[in-house]
Amino acid sequence: MATATQSQVVEPANIGWEQRKRKLLPYGYLSPTLLLLATLTVVPIVTVFLYSLFDNVIVNPNPPEFVGLENYIKALSHRKFRAALSNTMYFATASVVAHFVIGLSFALLLNSRLLAANVKALFRVIYILPWVFTASIIAILWRLLLNPHGVVNFVLLEVGLVPELLEWLSDRDLAIHAVTFINIWSGYPFYLVSFLAGLQGIPDDLYEAGHVDGANSWQLFRFITLPQLRPIIISLALLDFIWTLHQFTLVWMTTGGGSNSEVLSTYTYKAAFSSYEFSEASTLAMVILAMCTFFGIFYVRSQRMTDE
Amino acid sequence: MKRYMFALLMILLLAFSAGIAASQDITLEFQQWWEPELPEGSFRAILDEFEAANPGIKVETISGPYLTTKDQIIASAATGTMADVVGLDGAWVNVLWKQGALASLTQAMADADYDDSELAAQIKLAGETYMIPIANFIYPVFVNLDMLAAAGIDPPSTRAEFAAAAEALTDPDNNVYGWAQPLSLEQPNGIQNDTMSWLWATGGSMLDDMGQPNLVGNEQLAETMAYIKSLHDAGVVAPGSFAMKENEKVEEFVNERVAMIINTLAHFTLIRERNPDLNFDITALPAAEGYDGPRGLPYASWGIGISANTEHTAEAWKLIDFLTSVEGNSKLTSIANAFPGNVNATPDFIQTDELFMTAFEIFQAGYLANEFTGLPAAEELMRRFDEPFQLYLEGDMELGDFLDEAQAEWEDIFS
Repeated sequence: MATATQSQVVEPANIGWEQRKRKLLPYGYLSPTLLLLATLTVVPIVTVFLYSLFDNVIVNPNPPEFVGLENYIKALSHRKFRAALSNTMYFATASVVAHFVIGLSFALLLNSRLLAANVKALFRVIYILPWVFTASIIAILWRLLLNPHGVVNFVLLEVGLVPELLEWLSDRDLAIHAVTFINIWSGYPFYLVSFLAGLQGIPDDLYEAGHVDGANSWQLFRFITLPQLRPIIISLALLDFIWTLHQFTLVWMTTGGGSNSEVLSTYTYKAAFSSYEFSEASTLAMVILAMCTFFGIFYVRSQRMTDE
Repeated sequence: MKRYMFALLMILLLAFSAGIAASQDITLEFQQWWEPELPEGSFRAILDEFEAANPGIKVETISGPYLTTKDQIIASAATGTMADVVGLDGAWVNVLWKQGALASLTQAMADADYDDSELAAQIKLAGETYMIPIANFIYPVFVNLDMLAAAGIDPPSTRAEFAAAAEALTDPDNNVYGWAQPLSLEQPNGIQNDTMSWLWATGGSMLDDMGQPNLVGNEQLAETMAYIKSLHDAGVVAPGSFAMKENEKVEEFVNERVAMIINTLAHFTLIRERNPDLNFDITALPAAEGYDGPRGLPYASWGIGISANTEHTAEAWKLIDFLTSVEGNSKLTSIANAFPGNVNATPDFIQTDELFMTAFEIFQAGYLANEFTGLPAAEELMRRFDEPFQLYLEGDMELGDFLDEAQAEWEDIFS
């Protein structure tokens, strides 16, 4: 009652202010998030972008010199950049495809009704193990396994699959494939968990209807399972591709980018913290950002389509 | 009552004056990676002695692992917030100097009227000192005596003897090799310690008189590289070189899968702990046949420098003066198992450990040689040499092409 009385005595001049305040209020609530976003994301990106347009940044006491797009032209035309880009694309594409195939296969196995619950639980733990380790632990583990005198060579030699010791991480023909394999091993559980959740969400009615229509197992998989998992597949593939594009620790700690296994992230790190060429490193970082943004747009679109 | 009031007043006055005295203390920030590598509390004890000898100066340590310290020092140099005193590696000095982040120690020494004749080495850039190595870890050849005895050979002294020994000790069927050469691109210090060291041991140099890259037309260097390739071609080098890191090389030696390695004295304790039964000795790096001059010894240092932004240069110098003094340097190098930065300092271990006595003899007979110290982007120089070197070792590149490419890469960095 008292509120009603007060609202009746509001001056007309204050009405505009009240409306403005009401409009501004949501922005007030958003301001902490916006401030955090600006501090943690926008400012660093803009700073790195500006560094990429200058020469002699950070480690040179002389004022930076504006060079425009010269750093981009220099970086993109360098043979080492092209080699790193090619390796990165192979590394990311092979990883995503293998993650998909292995993750989906294991998820289908674990979703099968043929296995007892306790067997499924055991395999869930085993399959998910690689996801438990950090990248540095994975790198150390596989360095030991793939050591010329390591377990892998021992087994392969004993079985007779290879004629001599293979230098998995230091042979120019093998290193990039070995690192990709390690990344596949460490990353498939993410797909497995996501696909398993997706499979468990597919209504049984659909499969029953398929059976009634006389569909075989392949047709059930092709026309029910895959379409039902489609939104998950697209999201996972795009996210995984973006994450793999800037995978650093695994490559750095296994080969250091040597033996023809240089990827963009290790190439950028070397430019920054080994050559101290921060302009070049900033340029490379912007190139990686552009690539990630390109795939990020597809991800956002796919998410929107899913929501709609 | 008045008496109590008086006593209270006196206590307050004392506390106040003590507070003023405390606030007049100068606190030096000292960032380094040494403290975590030394026995717990031992480095602090040395600094406590410094504080006791220099009332009014306190030292606050900022300690972390080597790589973290490196990144933090370079980042803080860029923002002008570097600690007053910093631990330095010769590989970073140039970039910090370029940034104008280091104070001239030549000036600090002149201001303190310091006699630098006791210093074993000073790292100079443009004629002025910016880093003083206070603890040195030399890299002799570690040999497995039992394996050598089984093969009936003595520790090698020349390149030919080394090649013959490596061949005799190699037994691929049992995964045993004569030598290990780590060439990982992640840690390319194998180029410094396990590659260029062969050149320095024969009095050679990778730089010309002006300190510029001299890889092309350098006969000694070409011979050295060809010699190393001959070891690889002979199959006496442990497989996996191109991805091998220093710690893995040591592990191969500890586990008796490799008979000889070039290694830092800093690993003495580690090797003994990992394999107490390992019967090993050290010897100077083999020189080319016919060379009888002093042998250059590769080394790594714990260097020290002062920030250009410090407001306490005189106090910072006092700390360096203490750590490079005969007494301070002896104590530090004793706990670090390192050779001193002061020529008159004598670490304890030299008298108590036979292996260190041998090392000290090698140290005294040769000279410290690490041409990467103070060079621009030293680690990147090693890496860019490493890349074509691996191709050469694999037979995918000719010696001339490899040295041409390395020279071009180095000139790019120097320019």
